[in-house]
Amino acid sequence: MFPIPIQKRPLINQISYKILIPISLFIWLIPLIGIMLTSIRGLGDITAGNYWGMPSEFLLFSNIKDVFQNTPMLSYIINSFKITIPTVIGAVAVSCMTGFALASYKFKANLFIFFTFIAGNFVPFQILMIPVRDLTFQMGLYDTVTGLVLFHVAFQTGFCTLFMRNFIKALPHELFEAARIDGTSEFNIFFKIVLPLTRPAIAALSVLIFTFIWNDFFWATVLIQGQHAMPITAGLKSLNGQWVTVYHLLSAGSIMAAIPPVIMFFLMQKHFIAGLTLGASKG
Amino acid sequence: MVLCHPIFTVPNSTQLIYRKSSWWKRNQQRLTPWIFLFPGLLLFLVYVIWPIFNSLYISLLQWDGLSPAIYVGFSNYIELLDDEYFYISLANNLKWLIFFMLAVPIGLGLAIFLNQTIFGIRLIKSLFFFPFVISQVVIGIIFAWFYNPRGVIGPFLESIGLSNYAILADENFATYGIIFAGIYPQIAYCMILYLTGLNNLNTDQIEAGRMDGAKGLSLFKNIILPQLKPATFLAIVVTVIGSLRSFDMVAIMTQGGPWGSTNVLAYYMFETALSEYGYRMGYGSAIAAVLFTIMMFYILFFIYRMYQSEKKGL
Repeated sequence: MFPIPIQKRPLINQISYKILIPISLFIWLIPLIGIMLTSIRGLGDITAGNYWGMPSEFLLFSNIKDVFQNTPMLSYIINSFKITIPTVIGAVAVSCMTGFALASYKFKANLFIFFTFIAGNFVPFQILMIPVRDLTFQMGLYDTVTGLVLFHVAFQTGFCTLFMRNFIKALPHELFEAARIDGTSEFNIFFKIVLPLTRPAIAALSVLIFTFIWNDFFWATVLIQGQHAMPITAGLKSLNGQWVTVYHLLSAGSIMAAIPPVIMFFLMQKHFIAGLTLGASKG
Repeated sequence: MVLCHPIFTVPNSTQLIYRKSSWWKRNQQRLTPWIFLFPGLLLFLVYVIWPIFNSLYISLLQWDGLSPAIYVGFSNYIELLDDEYFYISLANNLKWLIFFMLAVPIGLGLAIFLNQTIFGIRLIKSLFFFPFVISQVVIGIIFAWFYNPRGVIGPFLESIGLSNYAILADENFATYGIIFAGIYPQIAYCMILYLTGLNNLNTDQIEAGRMDGAKGLSLFKNIILPQLKPATFLAIVVTVIGSLRSFDMVAIMTQGGPWGSTNVLAYYMFETALSEYGYRMGYGSAIAAVLFTIMMFYILFFIYRMYQSEKKGL
């Protein structure tokens, strides 16, 4: 264990550690605490510059109601779900297959294809922007949820393939061989043996992709123009321009944008971190 | 390598059975991977691989996206060489890169600080990780509002004699203001990578080191840090890539202003190709190509590392 467990230290260290932890946590979260405090304030507090003192009125719910009534926030949130959920399903399904193909078969192009997926995943978005936008235009999918989802699925396939392939590669291969000798078809090996075993990887990928796509801003800006398909990130940005001083509404909106990924993270914490730190403990 | 695969080494008797069975049965081992690869590979080729080459080609054109494109050779790149804003963006990318790297040691420090087992530590770690889960758009909005001189830090600034100072409006320091906001979630990411690394340390080695009298810094430098190498590698890779993808924060906080002083290549490209500054697709693609070339060094480095470990694994 590194560092030495605090329990083995002198009592004074233990006490100061336990005092230091909440203080540092508070400092670390000041930006988030600030926005939460602001979201419960009224306009009066904001214009008076009362950001850190006691709120003079508790208006969280009325602020949220305001946001929903006076802005398209609700449709932004719905759009975000409409974009995120199909992308998660699509990217995970596609990459289960590519991951299986690259992990369990040997053929000449295998490593080359695998590294192409990895390399593509790190490419800067800007080098894709103009052709992808053009392509989406030509398919008649510009400014639609479908157009954005298709691109997201394709791009996320890179990362997801890396993830699934490494996971399936680590499964005991004797299992597949034994099934093959028993005459199981390759498709049944995939559906009956591999898929059930990859459930933890599927869970980890799903939460990660959910968060990535929910938080995507760039592609929403490039491929979406109108309110009817705009997700919450791009929506918040347009509200940011409109409400220069109405920070209490803006912060209520921001909190709503943050809630789904936060819930996702807390529910699936173990999977989320396992996915994110893939490779952090072994070469 | 191919020949060691089980299908090529099955004994003769099974080969006989194979020969008798249908074409599909004989070839299914060879064809299955391609069937499984097809949807993913097709999507990836259409939406990621082909656009890269297409962009490189567009960078040789003069094109507004609507009227017919004119082939202009390298003149977009030559124009870049004289473009003041291009250099500002490039310099800002460098600032992002350098300061973003601080996220790695800070994340390590936080991870060491939190790597204890006291009551509630799991929740505390998750709360420290929070900023990474939240959209950069939200982080950008929060910090923009923080920096507002009539807002949150106003009273604090006044107390040190900087009343009405708006860092995001100061062309000399605005970029640092954005970087500071951008580094916040990145520290959380590095911290979680190191926490995982610390969790998987080899206890025997540490105990042996302690027996030999290694303590504090020397224990850390000689025993802990080498074991954390995979975490460090990953932290550096994601931080470099994060710093070059600095689009969201810039778009939210300053939109490249004041006077282009906070532009980075990622945002400048977007601005030239898709905004009121005109639809200059060719010029935008040239900027993207420069960004791509920079990123390619890291990608190749990363692939090389992975290739090495793959070779070991085979």
